[in-house]
Amino acid sequence: MSISRGAAEHDSGAGTGTKAPIVDASPARNFRPGFVAKIILMACINAFGLYGLLAAWSTGTWGVFAGLVIALIAANYVYFSRRAIPGKYLYPGLLFLFTYQLFTMAYTGYVAFTNYGDGHNSDKGDAIEQILSYNESRVEGSAAYPVTVVKDGDGNLGFAIVQDGVAKVGTAEKPLEEASGAQIEGNSVKGVEGFTVLPFAQIVENQQEITNLRVPFSDNAEDGSLRTQDAMNAYQFRSTLEFDKATDTMTDTATGDVYTANGETGFFTNADGKNLTPGWRVSVGFDNFTYMFTDSRVSGPFFSILTWTFAFAFLSVATTFALGLFFALVFNDPRVRGRKFYRAILILPYAFPGFLSALVWKGMLNERFGFVNEVLLGGNGVQWLSDPWIAKFSILMVNLWLGFPYMFLITTGALQSLPGDVMESAKMDGASPWRVLRSIILPLLMISTAPLLISSFAFNFNNFSLIYMLTGGGPNFTGSPLLIGSTDILISMVYSVAFESGVKQYGLASAVSILIFIMVGVISWLGFRQTRKLEEY
Amino acid sequence: MSVQTHNQELEFRPSGTRGGRWWKEVSWRHLVGVLGGIYAMFPLLYVLSTSLNPGATLAGSNDLFRVISGENYSALGDTKFYTWALNSLFISTVSAVATVLMASAAAYAFSRFRFKGRRSSLTALLIVQMFPQMLAVVAIFLLLLALKEVYPFLGANNQFGLIAIYLGGALGTNTFLLYGFFNTVPMEIDEAAKIDGASHSQIFWTIILRLVTPILAVVGLLSFVGTFGEFIIAKTVLSQSDKVTLAVGLYQWASDERNAPWGLFAAGAVISAIPIIALFLFLQKYIVSGLTAGSVKG
Repeated sequence: MSISRGAAEHDSGAGTGTKAPIVDASPARNFRPGFVAKIILMACINAFGLYGLLAAWSTGTWGVFAGLVIALIAANYVYFSRRAIPGKYLYPGLLFLFTYQLFTMAYTGYVAFTNYGDGHNSDKGDAIEQILSYNESRVEGSAAYPVTVVKDGDGNLGFAIVQDGVAKVGTAEKPLEEASGAQIEGNSVKGVEGFTVLPFAQIVENQQEITNLRVPFSDNAEDGSLRTQDAMNAYQFRSTLEFDKATDTMTDTATGDVYTANGETGFFTNADGKNLTPGWRVSVGFDNFTYMFTDSRVSGPFFSILTWTFAFAFLSVATTFALGLFFALVFNDPRVRGRKFYRAILILPYAFPGFLSALVWKGMLNERFGFVNEVLLGGNGVQWLSDPWIAKFSILMVNLWLGFPYMFLITTGALQSLPGDVMESAKMDGASPWRVLRSIILPLLMISTAPLLISSFAFNFNNFSLIYMLTGGGPNFTGSPLLIGSTDILISMVYSVAFESGVKQYGLASAVSILIFIMVGVISWLGFRQTRKLEEY
Repeated sequence: MSVQTHNQELEFRPSGTRGGRWWKEVSWRHLVGVLGGIYAMFPLLYVLSTSLNPGATLAGSNDLFRVISGENYSALGDTKFYTWALNSLFISTVSAVATVLMASAAAYAFSRFRFKGRRSSLTALLIVQMFPQMLAVVAIFLLLLALKEVYPFLGANNQFGLIAIYLGGALGTNTFLLYGFFNTVPMEIDEAAKIDGASHSQIFWTIILRLVTPILAVVGLLSFVGTFGEFIIAKTVLSQSDKVTLAVGLYQWASDERNAPWGLFAAGAVISAIPIIALFLFLQKYIVSGLTAGSVKG
């Protein structure tokens, strides 16, 4: 928000609205429909924000809470101050930019230094609660409660029981509490206000959910919970582990094992090195980065992916540019009739939505049934997408088809703006067409197209959908703990590590993202410098 | 190669290049055109043919245009295809409209007001737009998990959540383009309006935006096309099968190796590609000029 605030303080330099008589312009005195609309809009925004603040407070989402406070203060300041005029126009866009681009970038940086992921999803408090609830077993000799399965207004299942003559009801989210207006028959509940009793048919239908349901006795996880195996009788379950806050340890009441909290790994660990799951999120320093370079099962594939990413991006630009330029040169001759028609046909692959092209090619390159193998090559079974090297070749070929029209478009545009006299004089000096192309056309062309080539490089560097849709990154490396393959590029590796490798490792994935950030930054910086050099030249 | 020379020749010989010269210098260009055309067209013809082949599987799609029937197209009605199409249409339209509004408001501020940090903010935007949003896809996913607790409609598996993410990229990509065009509208018009008593918001809504409407349309349509084809973030955010976009839905169909509904996929691909191709051919000159205009500034 620094921009809008800075803007407010120095708006006087604008020289725009300051000449108007201030008194007349004050909305408090000069009531216009626009002002009323603004008040209503701001009231809605504040109400919406306030609702969010309450919700964030009650769920303990403090990051969102802090963000909302800043956003609301900034909104009210910008739209009610009479000085922050540019801020009024910048605020909406900046709000989204800060939240979904700058914050997420910064957050990527934070996550890269933690072990965030499956098994380390939350903070320590949540981890303790979950460990206690995962390790519950029936309390020996405890009473059986005839249970009634109920459903609340939102469709959440719950249990109703009679304990010491009092009807109690609770769901997974709400611990057992005394039920108002319950009908009791013998020692079971027949109905509770605000809940519907599940008929037998629905109990059968939701069997799985009911046997997994865990209704806590109280807010304290150590009090245990109510569970049932048969929807008839429920028992009190209590954790076999006990948490001791003073020593920060978990003790197994059955075996006497003591698990000590380890702030470096984010686990409770006992003397034998056994961990209790889940753990919690801790900072791990540069571990995620060093892991990629030092663990031999990962570093080999990682370097191969890194090389392939650069090779893929470079070769994609080179091949598409070469073919596009070739077509552009061929049709840059006014004697060719129907050039417009040829051009319209040639840019069709670019107009066809990219994700569809990749999927269509995936079908055509199918090893057993695909068009290419069956029709063009007479059924010889080339492994277009499953052999590491041929798959790379296929990707480049498909990307050539996808990308040459773009290069064709931009080189055609650039060719038409080349100075004709230069080429004419070259011709008069007796230069061959090849020589004209090499010494005049190409250097001139590079000046106007180099920035586009660099952005094309950056685009292909992160061309996720092509890789993901065509090969899914495969064929996969064997022996690597991550689900990555020889056609994966860095960004598809990020996706795979974060979401598809079985165990989700957000920390490691973010570390790879950070590496991409750095590389893209360097490439763009080099690009800008190069552009300037070419322009001077 | 040179345009000029040939024009002169044409003037001398009104009948144009004929005979041996034509065969030597021009004919092969037609040959290249035809071959290039086949190369560019054949995957598209393949999809078209598959889409017209009832009950097509991958194996049965290789005889192009053997059967022609609209069965796949009518069968799409029984699938979730039109739900996906509507989802895509909704998400892309809302994002495009909001993008145009926010980016043009920002461009107006940069173009018409002088404030501290103006130049550095412009530079910052230029730097930010170099980093595509999808690089932070993991963090975006985690942010949505947290937002879900507070505003469920902005959380994972919700289309508004996805739209909000797309809007995060609105300023970075479009402000510069619009800023350039806003600068071409002379300041004198603003000043005349100001003397007549117009407020800054009136100038924005009734003068500037009216004058650059064609550009706004182009930016909106480009943003529409971009969002329509976006895949990685849509796939991460949306998971429920009746909420996904076309890109995610069609991917699910086509990626099913064994029993991919290949005919249905092809028909869906044809239907979803036609409006995009039409938009594209219509916008072609803006796309090229917009790209090169941006590049000259370096």
